[in-house]
Amino acid sequence: MKRALSIAAAVIVLALAIVAWLGLREDASHPASASPEPAAQLVERGAYLARAGNCMGCHTARGGQPYAGGRAIVTPFGTIYASNLTPDKETGIGDWSADDFWRALHNGKGKDGTLLYPAFPFPNYSKITRADADALYAYLRSVEPVRRINRDPELEFPFNQRWLLVGWRALYFRPEVYRPDAAQDAQWNRGAYLVQGLGHCSACHTARNVLGAQSEGLDGGIIPMLNWYATSLTGEHGARAWQTQHLVEFMKTGVSAEGAASGPMAEVVRESLQYLSDADLNAMAAYIKSLPQDTHRAEAQTAPGPEHDAMLKLGANLYEKHCVDCHKADGSGDPPNFPPLAGNRALQVPLPVNPIRLLLHGGYPASTEGNPYPYGMPPFGNLLSDEEAAAVLTYVRNAWGNRASAVTSEQINQLRPVMVD
Amino acid sequence: MSIHVSRPLLSLPGPAFAGALALLSFFLHEPARAQPADMARRAAPCMACHGEQGRAAPDGYYPRIAGKPAGYLYNQLVNFRDGRRQQYPLMIYMVQHLSDEYLMQMAEFFAAQDVPYPAPQPADASPAALEHGRRLVLHGDPARKIPACAACHGERLTGVAPAVPGLLGLPRDYIAGQFGSWRNGSRRAHAPDCMAQIAQQMTPEDVSAAATWLSTQTVPADAKPATGFAAPLPLACGSVGQ
Repeated sequence: MKRALSIAAAVIVLALAIVAWLGLREDASHPASASPEPAAQLVERGAYLARAGNCMGCHTARGGQPYAGGRAIVTPFGTIYASNLTPDKETGIGDWSADDFWRALHNGKGKDGTLLYPAFPFPNYSKITRADADALYAYLRSVEPVRRINRDPELEFPFNQRWLLVGWRALYFRPEVYRPDAAQDAQWNRGAYLVQGLGHCSACHTARNVLGAQSEGLDGGIIPMLNWYATSLTGEHGARAWQTQHLVEFMKTGVSAEGAASGPMAEVVRESLQYLSDADLNAMAAYIKSLPQDTHRAEAQTAPGPEHDAMLKLGANLYEKHCVDCHKADGSGDPPNFPPLAGNRALQVPLPVNPIRLLLHGGYPASTEGNPYPYGMPPFGNLLSDEEAAAVLTYVRNAWGNRASAVTSEQINQLRPVMVD
Repeated sequence: MSIHVSRPLLSLPGPAFAGALALLSFFLHEPARAQPADMARRAAPCMACHGEQGRAAPDGYYPRIAGKPAGYLYNQLVNFRDGRRQQYPLMIYMVQHLSDEYLMQMAEFFAAQDVPYPAPQPADASPAALEHGRRLVLHGDPARKIPACAACHGERLTGVAPAVPGLLGLPRDYIAGQFGSWRNGSRRAHAPDCMAQIAQQMTPEDVSAAATWLSTQTVPADAKPATGFAAPLPLACGSVGQ
């Protein structure tokens, strides 16, 4: 009996030790390189990489000082406030070394070893090379220091217990720099590096499990709390099915012949993607186009049956009245300013949150260098009842060869409040 | 389609006082900006709520934007985008991805719209309250540090270009609503935020009286904003950039 107890105790201790090792391990194999780059060039490269990673997107509050942090990242577990990345010694990362910065990016730990919450996408950033991390560090040293004290996360129990991240990390995180795939060419590998690493596309374009960990692949998902559907990049409705040229235009200008960027993606285009070189955008497009077609999500869309005839008729009338001027009677639109609805994949997704929000609240794509004065969608929320909005969406999801499930007035009603993150 | 438009010299967000300077520089340094083609259609989403050409909707709440000074409209659009105005999430939502330059183009487009004003609202207040409102608007209440509206918004209350809006032809509820927002901080402007200071001095009765009196006034046939102030402003305003 005593012997059995001590064996059990030994097993538990061993298991805890393994979890602790898995959860706390660091990858120490990438020491700072004596960079051959001149300092100015390093900073310039870092500025470009900071755009590619859209560091500013989270680390700048609305209307706030660049990189001074403070933006609230709302998660199902509570709110986390992005930290001050400016080189202010007391409140920013002014006293961080290049090694400290690398540790955060690559190993997900703060300067003092604090385990960072994965709202900071270190599982993606872990793939960044040491040379790129050092360039980012050099750039962040060069921005204007701003004194702004970081705000503690406001998380619910038990998520406010930071030490539990040891378990999370043991389950879901392994520090590892991107390893090029020798079977692919340099362009593909560059695209994969940007998409998987700095670009952290999977932070939105992958569903998360109950513990907030990303699943494999880029097959889309509802962005928690924001209530936008980050479209699948792999499925039949996904970016994979787009022409490369359209994908590049979409990332560069915010609009394309196949659709415009709206919601959080408009912000990504405006703050990040529009600044990337054509070579990098083409590399990302090449990688996305090569992703294996995701089949498990290609669930059969049940088109509305005869019980929906009256709804479709109402929808057709409303379309004729409010939509034809821009989107045309045959749904062809006038791309890139007025997206086509016929054949529009984003319109036919199983979960129609984006089409509903666009109809109710309208919106403008981003102003970009390539499209400085975008055309916008008027908000129809005040004009259409829940039933009417459901009818017109059900109609456009099933006209001109489109095929998708009916939209219900309950779905419309749930999305009426305007949410600004 | 190729339209050459020069880019703004300053990027606006930053220290609060920079806003006023930037606005000024916009007017001083950017005289030759061409309006992009098809501006009415580009601005069509605004008209879903603010009415055709920005003439205001009949429901009495969405304010008229047609003919308001461009600098005023521009300041409001930027304030929405950058989080100083938090009253109307839909406004933040609409403008959040747009550049300073495009917002200025929109502001100039609506500032140039010359459309007739609706008839004034019928007076729905006692003669005493209306008289109280009239006095506040035209003379203020120096004892309580409330300047006259007319001191900044023009003797004819039709605004002063480029940044001070006119006060006539607006629904009473809209005007009163703004005072509530200034008081609770959901409508802010570049510091010093003069309207927030004034709103703190006014009682709900003052606000109601002034808003009612303003909404019952007939808009003069020529309602264009004045081109300059008749006298120095009674207090500093960050959005005016004097």
